[in-house]
Amino acid sequence: MVMRYTLKTFGITRDILGGKEVVFEMDGGKVSELKSELMLRFPEMKTLNSLLIAVNNNYAEDDLIISEADEIALIPPVSGG
Amino acid sequence: MIKITEKTIDVQKVIETASNLGAGAVNAFIGTVRNKAKDKNVVWLEYEAYEAMAVAEIRKIIDEAAHKWNLLGWAVSHRIGTLKPGEVAVVVAVSTAHRKESFEACQYIMDNVKAKTPIWKKEVFDDGEEWVDARPISNTKN
Repeated sequence: MVMRYTLKTFGITRDILGGKEVVFEMDGGKVSELKSELMLRFPEMKTLNSLLIAVNNNYAEDDLIISEADEIALIPPVSGG
Repeated sequence: MIKITEKTIDVQKVIETASNLGAGAVNAFIGTVRNKAKDKNVVWLEYEAYEAMAVAEIRKIIDEAAHKWNLLGWAVSHRIGTLKPGEVAVVVAVSTAHRKESFEACQYIMDNVKAKTPIWKKEVFDDGEEWVDARPISNTKN
């Protein structure tokens, strides 16, 4: 089933996806599938040191199933401080 | 107090917030913007945060620290937006009964804020810009 996820982007992922919030359609699924789909459509994502996905303000495990209502954010390597 | 702010951090206020009359030690870490990175001149830094999550993550770090040490007071303030060299980017302050635990707790909180909190900085040089730590050095684009 095709899902329409709204992805919040930060840091370098915003430069790569080209927007603060990006609607991303894919066959619905897991966090791991979202990651692979992102790397497939935006090969530059593969050059990052890491990519985590946050779902509803928490770092998400790869097998978490995401829904269209979730707040999904791309978390490239953090560099605060 | 956990604060993510676009305004100049009032260091004294953060320390006062963390202070406690039962404490014999107040320990504060002040992180500032350096004027050099990778031998290049930093003109300014752009900080951004995933604010709601950043606050939640810092809250978890404080909770962990409070299990390890007897914190009598604490405060964390992180700046976002455009910062010039010399400006204060982050302040962590804790108060405890004695100095040893104040050093340890302050370092623990700061190290974890750096490692886990969804905050990013971009270095802007004379001749380019770069999101810090985003890519391995060899893949760095200028």
